[in-house]
Parts: sequence; structure tokens; C-alpha cells
Amino acid sequence: MSVVEVLFGLLGVVALGSALLVVTTRHLVHAALWLVVTLGSIAGCYLLLSAEFVAWVQVLIYVGAVVVLLLFGLMLTRAPIGASNELDSSRGQRLAAAITAAGTAAVLVTSLVDAFHGEHIDLSDDRVAGSSRTVGQAVFRGWVLPFEVLSLLLLAALVGAIVLSRRDISAGPELTRSQETGR
Amino acid sequence: MPLLMPVLLASLLFSIGIYGVLARRNAILVLMSVELMLNGVNLNFVAFDVYLRDKLLSGQVFTLFLITVAAAEIGLGLAIVLLVFRNRESSQLDELRDLREEDDPPARDQVADDEQAVAS
Repeated sequence: MSVVEVLFGLLGVVALGSALLVVTTRHLVHAALWLVVTLGSIAGCYLLLSAEFVAWVQVLIYVGAVVVLLLFGLMLTRAPIGASNELDSSRGQRLAAAITAAGTAAVLVTSLVDAFHGEHIDLSDDRVAGSSRTVGQAVFRGWVLPFEVLSLLLLAALVGAIVLSRRDISAGPELTRSQETGR
Repeated sequence: MPLLMPVLLASLLFSIGIYGVLARRNAILVLMSVELMLNGVNLNFVAFDVYLRDKLLSGQVFTLFLITVAAAEIGLGLAIVLLVFRNRESSQLDELRDLREEDDPPARDQVADDEQAVAS
């Protein structure tokens, strides 16, 4: 086994362990912090797969922005600090969820092992498949149009989030009238 | 590196995310589990991109797009969760039962009274 494989295995174990803690811990804030560990070790996996730019974007957006947003959400919904038994569903539903997850994992693992047994990713040469130069060229040559559509999506999400969270926007006169006639 | 290592890691992360979505009651924890599932998918994309040595880098570019979409999704999702919390003082998912048929007649009368109050 090469160094890359050993490192990837270790990072994978860390990612899986902390992901399990995210879905089982009884502390809400701890779940967000374990999510940081999971996302960070996945960024390490991207680095080992020579996808450098994706790894840094993962650190910036996921660990930087998404987790902070989640912590804000926890704060604003007055999440309980400390252990809480209110976070999980009933025992029966947890059992059903575990069975579903185990079934999904079994199907995926058996079919993937059957399909890709013995295939190897060739990382031997020094080529960095995902340096910022190559990814930038790919985005702005081949994928310009989806990139622009994505900016529209972000704008729509921004406007939507503002409309949802402002208190002083109510239904206008036309909307209330149509509701009354509709009834 | 065997292709199975990243691919199996991705599928296990996805399964853990499924467990979290189904077993958690708190809306924000469900959003976190959705993020876990999305990360599994992203890892799959990158692994196959590097394995196939795609000239257009479609896997990695698609991962970048997915990260952006996930950020938009978490922003909107949190806005909705905050709205629900503001109206109901709770972010437990199993208390949101408005789309379910009413079991008890008194609750329906209450709703009718409210509607009359709004209409008048």
C-alpha cells in the first residue's frame, strides 16, 4: 500500500466516524462541530485525489460558510445547549431508519464492489488533475453557460431568503383580494 | 489507489445521511444530514472524474456547481426553518402536521372560527 492509500484510509475512517457522530450525538452544537470534522476530512480526500481546487472550495464554502449558517440557525431557533433527548425520533422510527440506511449501504456496496473490483485510479504521474488553472480553464471554456445559470440560481436564492426572513413584507392588496374571492 | 476506496466511502456517507434524515426530529439536524448525503455524491463525482481522466473535467466542475447549489439550498432551508420557528416556537419536524387530516373535531371548529375572524 502506498502512502496515499494509507492516508486516504485514515481520512475515510475519520470522516465516517464523525459523520456517525453527527447523526447520533445528543448535543446540537456538537453535531455542527462534528460536521466540520467530516467536511474537512473529505476536503483532505479531494486533495489526495489531486482535485486541489475542489478541496479548497470545499473548505471555504462548506466549512466556512455552510457550518456558520447552521450555527446561526441553531442560535436563532434557541437550540438547547447541552444534552437533549428531543433530537431523535421514537425508537421504532430510529430502528426503521437504521434498517433503511443499512439496506441502502448493502445494495450500494455489493453492486459497487461487483462493478469496480480491481479498478485502479492512476495517480502515479505528477499531473495535478484539478489545479486551479485547469479547473478555471474548464469552467470558463466548456462550462460558461451553466456557470451563468448558476449565478441566476444564487440570485434567486438570495432574493428568496430575504423575502422569507423579512417581517415587514406582507401580502399586497391584490393578493388578499384574490384570496377573498377565491373563498 | 483502488477506485473502490473513494466510492465505498461515498456510499457509506450517503447511507449515514439517509439514517440522519429519517431518524432526526430537529429540522436543522435533518439539513446537516442532507449535507452529508451531498458530500457523498460529490466525492463520487471527483473520484470518477480522476479515474476517467476527463478532458472537460466534468466531474470536478459539477462538484463545484453542487457545492454552490448546496449553499443556496442551506440558505433557503434555514430561512424556512426560521420562519416555521417564528410562527410555532418549535423546530421539531413531527409537530408540523397541518397537511394531515384532522383527527379531533374541536380542532376543526377552532380553525373555522379563525377563518371567520380573518374573513370579517
